[in-house]
Amino acid sequence: MSSIGELRQLARQRKRGGKARNPDNLAGHLFLLPWFIGVLVFTIGPMIASLLLSFTDYNLLQPPTWAGLDNIVRMMEDERLLNSLRVTLVYVLVSVPLQLALALAVALLLDRGMRGLAFYRSIFYLPSLLGGSVAISILWRQVFGKEGIVNAFLALFGIEGPGWISHPDYALITIIILHVWTFGSPMIIFLAGLRQIPEMYYEAAQVDGAGKARRFFSITFPLLTPIIFFNLVLQIIFAFQSFTQAYIVSGGTGGPSDSTMFFTLYLYQQAFTELEMGYASAMAWFLLLIIAGFTAFNFWLSKFWVFYEEDSGAPPRRQRRERQGAAA
Amino acid sequence: MMSSQLRSVIKHVCLIALSLLMIYPLIWLTVSSFKPNATIFSDLSIFTTDLTLDNYTHGWTSQQLPFSRFLMNSAILSLGAILGNLVSCSLAAYAFARLRFAGRNLYFAVMLGTIMLPFHVVLVPQFIIFRELGWLETFLPLVVPKFLALDSFFVFLMVQFIRGLPREVFEAARIDGAGHVRIYAGITLPLMVPALATTTIFTFIWTWGDFFGPLIYLRTRENFTVSVALKGFIDAQSSSNYGAMFAMSVVSLIPLFVAFLVGQRWLVKGIATTGIK
Repeated sequence: MSSIGELRQLARQRKRGGKARNPDNLAGHLFLLPWFIGVLVFTIGPMIASLLLSFTDYNLLQPPTWAGLDNIVRMMEDERLLNSLRVTLVYVLVSVPLQLALALAVALLLDRGMRGLAFYRSIFYLPSLLGGSVAISILWRQVFGKEGIVNAFLALFGIEGPGWISHPDYALITIIILHVWTFGSPMIIFLAGLRQIPEMYYEAAQVDGAGKARRFFSITFPLLTPIIFFNLVLQIIFAFQSFTQAYIVSGGTGGPSDSTMFFTLYLYQQAFTELEMGYASAMAWFLLLIIAGFTAFNFWLSKFWVFYEEDSGAPPRRQRRERQGAAA
Repeated sequence: MMSSQLRSVIKHVCLIALSLLMIYPLIWLTVSSFKPNATIFSDLSIFTTDLTLDNYTHGWTSQQLPFSRFLMNSAILSLGAILGNLVSCSLAAYAFARLRFAGRNLYFAVMLGTIMLPFHVVLVPQFIIFRELGWLETFLPLVVPKFLALDSFFVFLMVQFIRGLPREVFEAARIDGAGHVRIYAGITLPLMVPALATTTIFTFIWTWGDFFGPLIYLRTRENFTVSVALKGFIDAQSSSNYGAMFAMSVVSLIPLFVAFLVGQRWLVKGIATTGIK
């Protein structure tokens, strides 16, 4: 079950307000001690610090000086920042849906127990494991280079391809394709979800004379929507933070003409090249707010298309009941 | 109506075509890494007999220090991260899954929430902390957090796994008077080996491939990991020694590929239960 499902359940439990006795108070806190230290020193503390730094000028060398809202005003007027935001939005909004659609389509093709299933699954999954590495981004530069294999392939059809990486109109496309290339991991999640749909639903539908399309839209898709939603939320969150691909493909510049300047890349440059630590902190919080906004919007939107079995009055699945028992 | 056999053939043709498309860049990279530099782009075919090991011998020493140095750095870093995640995440997971204590649900929600937190928000203060501690140019900024259970994915994965274990085992141990340390170390850990294996392999793949962390914390050449060392090839692309660059790219991917072959079963299980990438 997904982490998002867990959060929903926790919220529900809190509402119920069960008053449990806590026999393992000491042991619990001791086992969690490393995590407590980690969260306080490396997560919550730094979050507060970076929020404060957002309102300062700080270059690491001199102590920070209070700058009020200067960084925020500067962000709104910083053309390169606004451009990087636009580039990132295009990247996220194009690559994530494409990747998930391909993942779902392929998962649907891979029937239970079909011949060669393990082989296909491995081949499709491999790129997801390698896709984040520097080596693959380096490879991408060559695949989409002026004399790369993509253009050689296009030449077979008499098309003369551009220098994808060095052209401002096309550079971002290559990074989007790189992301779509890693569709294997959401595909695995979809496969797991498909296997959980009880076979008897399909049998019943077939008895009722439902065709293939009808079965997909009435059974498969609705029952899969929670998993699609979960993937969508997480992939969007992760895609906003993509960095390596843009850095390597553009040689660290975000070029040509800032066409691959991801928000995170600009943030990195501000922090570690320009040493504008205050400005970078403000950017980081801005990124957090954007991601939070997208996530909240996604949750709101989910009311209209995500189907939860419990809402329909059907008895809860065995698994869910068991889990509640274990958590209680 | 189409016969089901014909349908099946069409499906396999599509899937094989897609497989080839997916895998072709990797094959091309591997074959090109054995080609003489001059023919890599003049002949893009992957069918050739003109192969050489020159790129490997050349690439190995082209970044001033031998590539074995960078491989060693990446290996040390990965080992430290794996050890840290195994110990700290399993401790936290045991607490969340089996112990009842005040604030557990709140902490669990915070832990899940951090999965969604972009690390950029803590980036600058963390950098300042590590700088004050004098840890720049050491592996500590990249390893110490792993000992503090901050990779929430793995905590979550392990919590799910422990909850799925039969309760009777734990109850029997309690009745026998075993304390929490014994139940954790003597019973839970041996039973959760599959979850530990998933954690090991994912931690390895992510640490080995990590670029951002080493990029900001390891800036002198002796400390470079494989990822940062590879970047050297694109910085100096005026020399355009593509063969060497390809060869070392292949070298950097081999450990990931081996991890994939060895650990595929656990990887698949891991993403299916938690939805990690």
